[in-house]
Amino acid sequence: MIALLIRDLRLAVRAGGGFGLGLAFYLILVALVAFGVGPEGALQARIAPGVLWVGALLACLLSLDRIFALDREDGTLELLATAPLPMEGIVLVKALAHWLSTALPLVVAAPLLGLMLSLPGPGYPWLFLSLLIGTPALSVIGTFGAALTVGIKRGGLLLSLIVLPLYVPVLIFGAEVARRGAAGLDLQQPLLVLAGISCGTLALLPFASAAVLRVNLR
Amino acid sequence: MMPELGKYAATVLSSYGISILLLVALTALSLRRAARVRRELAAVEARRKP
Amino acid sequence: MSSLWEYANPKKFIETAQRVLPWVAGLSVICLVGGLAWGFFFTPDDYRQGSTVKIIYLHVPAALMAINAWLMMLLASLVWLIRRHHVSALAARAAAPVGAVMTVIALATGAIWGQPMWGTWWVWDPRLTSFLILFLFYLGYIALWAAVEDDDTAADLTSILCMVGSVFALLSRYAVNFWNQGLHQGASVMRAGALAGDTQERVSNVFAVPLFVCIAGFVLLFVALVLLRTQTEIRARRMRALMARERMG
Repeated sequence: MIALLIRDLRLAVRAGGGFGLGLAFYLILVALVAFGVGPEGALQARIAPGVLWVGALLACLLSLDRIFALDREDGTLELLATAPLPMEGIVLVKALAHWLSTALPLVVAAPLLGLMLSLPGPGYPWLFLSLLIGTPALSVIGTFGAALTVGIKRGGLLLSLIVLPLYVPVLIFGAEVARRGAAGLDLQQPLLVLAGISCGTLALLPFASAAVLRVNLR
Repeated sequence: MMPELGKYAATVLSSYGISILLLVALTALSLRRAARVRRELAAVEARRKP
Repeated sequence: MSSLWEYANPKKFIETAQRVLPWVAGLSVICLVGGLAWGFFFTPDDYRQGSTVKIIYLHVPAALMAINAWLMMLLASLVWLIRRHHVSALAARAAAPVGAVMTVIALATGAIWGQPMWGTWWVWDPRLTSFLILFLFYLGYIALWAAVEDDDTAADLTSILCMVGSVFALLSRYAVNFWNQGLHQGASVMRAGALAGDTQERVSNVFAVPLFVCIAGFVLLFVALVLLRTQTEIRARRMRALMARERMG
């Protein structure tokens, strides 16, 4: 399992992979939003938590189709399926690799981009924390979507169509935590729900992803 | 014998119009596809046992 | 007494569906025309909402069916996953576009109704928002069916998506409720619900009877369309199989 994780991470960093690409996309997106709404600081500060959350979500989406597609093309996936590892474990490792290689850099970069959007001071720790708690759910849900569409040629668009509605609850609670944090309000409830969603998806969704993957490899 | 709709006439009529249009379109499309598939299947079956 | 599972046999299903379909379709047309005409021509205006209250005869049944269609797809998906009856999977596939259209009707009539009542076409009210999300789920589900070539694989994948989607739809409903808590204090927003319910009993009966006729009409229409479309899907699949065999030799 650990060998698989290290292999996936190495591939992500090396193969001109999603590693830098997601970050660059995130930066561009934030800049574009700033261009779009104008340079007024107060307005940017108000929308900053939401924009940073949506941006992180979209940047996560960008590298989802690589999770299984590359392995499927060169036959690694079939090999993995016959390995003694349970399919659920493979799915979980893949999600973890995606999280470490794509989502974690975004989480770290988010506060820096917050500076660009003049996010209010108390917002930074909560933005960081909410992304840290929420992004594992994004990776796990995304892995499910990737497993669903692995057999489809040019499934990228379909993948987004399927995954984005599933992201709605995570986005709502995550952005709510960041927003309340920035405004200095009580945020215990959305934070707990966000953590609950993350734990729940992490515990249950790999079974669905594994089932889907088995169907696709039949 | 149009009922008196008052100032909301456009609102009421447009929602009835859109809904009925959508329902009729859905039904028509379903019927058309049903007829086409039925015809094509009949053709294929006929070819199979001449 | 024959078992329900007999209808899992495609031939038997088509036979029965063909026998039942004209009745269901006829009844649904009667109910729809009757209920809508009753509602449109012979109900008084609401003292607060004027004639816009007539939209309820489309809005509420469509909204009900939008949710029920998804529930039916969920049930059919479960039956497919557990008992592997092809008719069940195809029925779920057949129901999805119908459900999507119902969702569009509910959203469109809601927007048109909201314009004079709330002064805006769209508010991010929990109900509206969750219907929008439901519509997105329908789109994803339909697109997945269309994209996968192998029929059994497509049935499996969409069934699992339907199950996962149901859980997330519930989560979204809760999330959206939470999200918009502060902006809209609920009560004034869903007058339609209050009208259909018991809160205004006097008024309610005048409006409620034609409303129930309309709901019956929408349910029957849904059943008729699903029966028809399921037959079509069964035939289409049989045709594909036969043509594949032809090509083989």
